[in-house]
Amino acid sequence: MLRFMINRAGQSAILLLIVTLITFFLVNLAPGGPSSTMRMEATEEERQAIVEKLGLDQPVHIRYVEWLKNGLHGDFGTSFTSSEPVIQRIMERLPYTIELTIFTIVISVILGIFFGVISAVKRGKVGDHVINFVSVIGLSVPAFWLGLMLILLFSITFKWLPSSGVGPRGEDFELWGWISHLIMPVLILTTTVLPHIVRFTRSSMLEVTSQNYIRTARAKGAKESVVLYVHALRNALIPIITIIGMLIPRLLSGAVITEAIFGWTGIGTLIIEAARGRDYPLVMGITVMITLVVVFCNLIVDFLYSRVDPRVKNV
Amino acid sequence: MEVSTQSTIQADVKTQVKNKKSTLLSRLRENRVTYLSLWFLVLIHIVVFLGPFLWTVNPEDLQQAGALAGWSLQHPFGTDDLGRDVFARMLTGGRVTLVVGLGAMLCSLLIGTVIGACAGFMGKVVEAVLMRLTEAMMAIPTFFFVLVALTVIGTSPLMVVLVIAFSSWMEIARVVYGETLKWKQYEFVEAANASGATPFRILTRYIIPQIIPSIIVAGTLTIAGAILTESAISYLGLGIQPPTATWGNMLQNSQQYIWTAPILGVLPGIAITVVVLAYNFLGDGLRDALDPKFVKK
Repeated sequence: MLRFMINRAGQSAILLLIVTLITFFLVNLAPGGPSSTMRMEATEEERQAIVEKLGLDQPVHIRYVEWLKNGLHGDFGTSFTSSEPVIQRIMERLPYTIELTIFTIVISVILGIFFGVISAVKRGKVGDHVINFVSVIGLSVPAFWLGLMLILLFSITFKWLPSSGVGPRGEDFELWGWISHLIMPVLILTTTVLPHIVRFTRSSMLEVTSQNYIRTARAKGAKESVVLYVHALRNALIPIITIIGMLIPRLLSGAVITEAIFGWTGIGTLIIEAARGRDYPLVMGITVMITLVVVFCNLIVDFLYSRVDPRVKNV
Repeated sequence: MEVSTQSTIQADVKTQVKNKKSTLLSRLRENRVTYLSLWFLVLIHIVVFLGPFLWTVNPEDLQQAGALAGWSLQHPFGTDDLGRDVFARMLTGGRVTLVVGLGAMLCSLLIGTVIGACAGFMGKVVEAVLMRLTEAMMAIPTFFFVLVALTVIGTSPLMVVLVIAFSSWMEIARVVYGETLKWKQYEFVEAANASGATPFRILTRYIIPQIIPSIIVAGTLTIAGAILTESAISYLGLGIQPPTATWGNMLQNSQQYIWTAPILGVLPGIAITVVVLAYNFLGDGLRDALDPKFVKK
């Protein structure tokens, strides 16, 4: 078990290194790199001063090593656009994104397994076709457009739900205000991952129910509901843990769009601000943070997987 | 002798493939949704590519009817917030959106096939490096990188195509990798090897032709994803810039006018949804039709 975890941690470290390397060189080597962020009216001396201050006169690989060294100590530099430390700006925003994604994950997993199992059990019948059809529609509607339509319906026409913001926080906290701001963003983000979980649960369930031990269970006279929900579902759930791990990157990508529509001040709106403002230290910081989140989630998934399925324990 | 055995084996495989193809069409025809999607896509491509020749209103010109004009014979869908003809913009915008989708699909097919086939065929270090790279790319939220890359290298349609392709080749690479591993064990590949074919020739003439069905399925689903990505970045204002219309950037300002001219917000959204839906149905249908486990009821 320990070796398994150490192995995984090593792989994660390599992933992190690759990701930062690609982003750093992309950001620094392309035309329109860091030096273009400075205002046009700056004089030559001012420009020179900024270049020196940011260390841009050094070759790019030396800057990367320098950046990595500081990064290991939790220092990702200062944001160009707000002159606050990058790490502070990220930490202000990250909890909002985590809140959004956790609600989405919980809802998607519950609904996804529910509809996936129904779809598999009713294979080839009307229920299966309807669930399948709705899943494909869910995969095909652009999330931002669906968001606009929801705002049009629930915020503008009926005036039930607020169209943007994160709701009352801190001292003014109020339960309905909080929930009402969460409903539409969570709904939109759910549509980006739910169809995948439904389809995966369905195929996993079908795979398991075609196996011999299920036939044995039926042959010994177990009730159909017992066969499906006790014998089959337990084993069908194991691969579903993996798909949840694989959906985390998709979820975070979806969060960018969702946050943009609903003015949710999370890490997604921050990366848009950073990209538009060409705030490179911030872009790098967010990249690292997002990769860390993904890596951390994958470690949890691996851990769960080895707990749930005794067969993978000694891999 | 050797050559003739090889050619009979090849002929054998070819007839198998041919049979497969004819059943594929009939299987596709059986699935009404897939068949409908296919024809719908053919139709929409014809409309979008030939339409601008018939509907000669310039999509970037301001019209006399003024901004936000309603339905009329001159402007079937009215005009947008700047007074441009919405119908003309839907046609040329659709052209850009569909071409970006197709282009991104072709590029990511190229990247994915090369990486997957090399990894599967060469094995050893190449396999380890390429497949770890693929897994790493799958593990990161690529949309962040798409946004960053576009702001750094610019937002011309070509760059948008390349950036989307570089963020969506991984699924194809995995499919091609798995299939290459499978096919390289077959006797006809061994025979080709024994008769002295170069590895490049074996890969391109013997293995990849077998994988084409899987590549088509993956490609169809990739177009759907690429169109969604393009419209999302255009909506955020970080994709292809106006005055060039795309279905995505037509939605960019539409929410302000959702009351005065709801068609501005609704129409491009429906167009994107329906096209992506058709591509997804087609991809799913193709996959089912090509699945060896397919049972005829």
